Amino acid sequence: MSFLDKADLKVVGTRPIRPDGVDKVTGRANFGADMTMPGMLWGKIKRSPHAHARIVSINTDRAMALAGVKAVTTRADFPDIAPSRAFIGAAPANLRDLSRNCMAKGKALYEGHAVAAVAAVSPAIAEQALELIEVEYEVLPHVMDVEAAMAPDAPVLLDDIFTSGVEPKPTKASNVAKMVRFAKGDVEAGFAEADVVVERRYTTQPVHQAYIEPHACVVSVGPDGQCTIWSSSQGQFMVRGYTARIVGADIADIRAIPAEIGGGFGGKTIVYLEPIAYMLSKKSGRAVKIVMSREEVFRATGPTSGAVVEVKLGAKKDGRLTAAKAVLKYQSGAFPGSPVNQGCMCAFASYDLPNVETVGYDVLSNRPKVAAYRAPGSPISAFGVESCLNELAGELGIDPLALREMNGAKDGTKAAHGPTWVNIGYLKTLEAARGTEHLNAKLGPNQGRGVACGFWHNAGGESSAAVHVNEDGTVTVTEGHPDIGGSRASMAMMVAEVLGVPFASVRPVVGDTTAIGFSASTGGSRVTFAGGMAVTQATQKVVEELKKRAAVTWDISPEAVEWKDGKAFPAGPNAGGFEPLPLEELAAKSARTGGPISAEVQINAQGQGPGFATHICDVEVDRETGHVKILRYTAIQDVGRAIHPSYVEGQMQGGVAQGVGWALNEEYIYDKDGKLENAGFLDYRVPVASDMPMIETIMVEVPNPRHPFGARGVGEVPIVPPMAAVANAIADATGIRLRDLPMSPPRLLAALDRVAPMRQAAE
Amino acid sequence: MAKHHVSTIINGEPVEFLCEPQQTLLDVLRDELNLTGSKEGCSSGDCGACTVIVDGKIACSCLMLGAEAEGRKIQTVEGIAQGDHLHPVQQKFLEHAALQCGFCTPGFIVAAKALLDENPDPTEEETRYWLAGNLCRCTGYDKIIRAVLDAASVMRQEAGR
Repeated sequence: MSFLDKADLKVVGTRPIRPDGVDKVTGRANFGADMTMPGMLWGKIKRSPHAHARIVSINTDRAMALAGVKAVTTRADFPDIAPSRAFIGAAPANLRDLSRNCMAKGKALYEGHAVAAVAAVSPAIAEQALELIEVEYEVLPHVMDVEAAMAPDAPVLLDDIFTSGVEPKPTKASNVAKMVRFAKGDVEAGFAEADVVVERRYTTQPVHQAYIEPHACVVSVGPDGQCTIWSSSQGQFMVRGYTARIVGADIADIRAIPAEIGGGFGGKTIVYLEPIAYMLSKKSGRAVKIVMSREEVFRATGPTSGAVVEVKLGAKKDGRLTAAKAVLKYQSGAFPGSPVNQGCMCAFASYDLPNVETVGYDVLSNRPKVAAYRAPGSPISAFGVESCLNELAGELGIDPLALREMNGAKDGTKAAHGPTWVNIGYLKTLEAARGTEHLNAKLGPNQGRGVACGFWHNAGGESSAAVHVNEDGTVTVTEGHPDIGGSRASMAMMVAEVLGVPFASVRPVVGDTTAIGFSASTGGSRVTFAGGMAVTQATQKVVEELKKRAAVTWDISPEAVEWKDGKAFPAGPNAGGFEPLPLEELAAKSARTGGPISAEVQINAQGQGPGFATHICDVEVDRETGHVKILRYTAIQDVGRAIHPSYVEGQMQGGVAQGVGWALNEEYIYDKDGKLENAGFLDYRVPVASDMPMIETIMVEVPNPRHPFGARGVGEVPIVPPMAAVANAIADATGIRLRDLPMSPPRLLAALDRVAPMRQAAE
Repeated sequence: MAKHHVSTIINGEPVEFLCEPQQTLLDVLRDELNLTGSKEGCSSGDCGACTVIVDGKIACSCLMLGAEAEGRKIQTVEGIAQGDHLHPVQQKFLEHAALQCGFCTPGFIVAAKALLDENPDPTEEETRYWLAGNLCRCTGYDKIIRAVLDAASVMRQEAGR
């Protein structure tokens, strides 16, 4: 069965109300912090006040002596584990580093690094106990800036890091964890051939995922080691696997139950709290709940990298690109593992280039370890590349959109990082942009328009799904992926489509780790692709079973049965003159035809289609304040096939808003001691409703033939273009090219004043 | 320290509770009264996930002490629907897909309901500024604003009948 032809679809492509919606508009949905267990204690974490310090000693006696305190834990309770890589979340995690990020060993590597934790009968007592834990530190020199951290004389965070990817292998430890390089052709020859070469340097700041729900969990460990974890994450199997390894438990002894998740955007693909709550529960014999404060979220959980992005582009006079090069220096935080690989791979993936080279550096500094954030790495390099393309277009006197049309990747283009593109929709997004009314709408004074594009690989991977036909003919589908933005609806829609039953008769459930087979995390824009593939295959197996049951009932061969519109039919006059058997009837009589009707499948999904987007942004610049207002925004994206179009649009609109925050306001501000000065939503300013206009969306559908419905990931690519789209629009409005994020009012005002110093003199 | 005894009305029902002096109204709602629909996103009044209506005005329940609820009338997200009948704002949030993760949704529902109680015909701009105290990181606000404006229109039609 193929469902690639849109004309055949009855459910997929419609906009039903999501099955978990009523719970979420009435306050009934249970998120991470909403769980309570009998006898539960409250855990709190003691964190380093220093950016870099040796932990000389920790004395917990006074805390333990406080009435109401039931357990204290420090690094001493955690097993030392060997460095090993596990791929359960959005990116491979080094388990030793992850363990040491959860609880510092020997040194605190950033302000906010956990050094001890307590569990007490109330949050107030736990808080009080934290004050009684005495930690002696030897403060060490720290380093925050990425290039300062690369300098030979920089304070070194970890003495066992020797830059990988360079020959000969360094003998001196450094903060540069690795160097990576992707190349195709001969860039030097390409630049020599160019009529115009533009070389520019751009910088981005770390930005936080800023999910509104802080991390939270409740963990209960019995005296027999059996453990239940309730937590908010992007993957219950990730929580189970990482926690087991960090605390030294067997995976089978942990049952991880996924709470509803209040936003993640990549930031909840690793653990912070669960191993600590595990230790406190084990030591106290009681369930322990830990909920981070917003301040802790900012100080101790992963933002994405701040970076330096150096871009060099060469072109012929007619705009044909001859060579492109980027050097990317990404902050990884206190442990290795920035998304610099992805930054390199994505940098020029949208373009058909004969000669291209990207070089990346993964650089430690005394900041929280970065975590995945929506298309990790790609928005950073895209800010540089998509800004530089406009600077080149300016030098050439060519329309920036035309420059992209001339050089855009198409089917058959070989990208520098390896793949040769097939079934990609990049040029179609440019074509759609070309056709918008927006592109030619009139602009007023101090207004400007920018266009920028973006790419993300999207992901496949391991997914499980089970489809159960209930006794009354309704259907339950169990999947292994937390629903972070409406995926229950998409899963139920695909099941309903394949079975030919109404959407409302299918109930989707996100199963805990004992209810469904292993499933990789919700991340990489993989759930509708991989999870949807698993769900579809399980439903197809159920259909085959239903045909068999009808065949048994009619005493004919299963091959002589057809399934259509939720009913079994004899496949033509030769099969016999039987009345159609609806699902309901087959379900009711299943005991007589072979027992319960269910199917479960496990897959490792391959063939995710890459995602491309083109955005158009209009801004108005206030020359008095430096404030930039987003006037109008259109996001165009190849979505493969929109299963539930409203939630696809929602992903596009949400990505744009996050990108606008990244472009205009969001940044980490540290004092000279490496302490974060804006660890709250008042001073770390994410876009609010009055900052944004409506966000127009155009869904281009180039079906991905590797998915039964043609779906490709849609959640990440929309955050890739906005920073350059805004920068290009500001340049169009003012003639000023801003190359450093965020393009906040003080920064823009300073740039305006540099260009027009007379303005101030005149006032 | 002695606990405060507080008498209040929550979602139309008289409620009495004991709370510690430092406990916020949000702590009391969530941890003492099991009304976990109000969410804690920041504890500093910046995100609006804990929005409740106190004597007809919206408030961040994280910025109010539990003891301050004495004698007040409080409405939380749990009290917005009437039995199995959703409020138009709730219904329109569903129809417009105005939620993704759903964590900020209770705060938006309460704040939007309060807006429409006060101003049955808000402009898009008024709606955006009224809801500027509620953070949503998922949606980019587009569908939320459309849902609230659509709910306002439905409520005006119902009121006109």
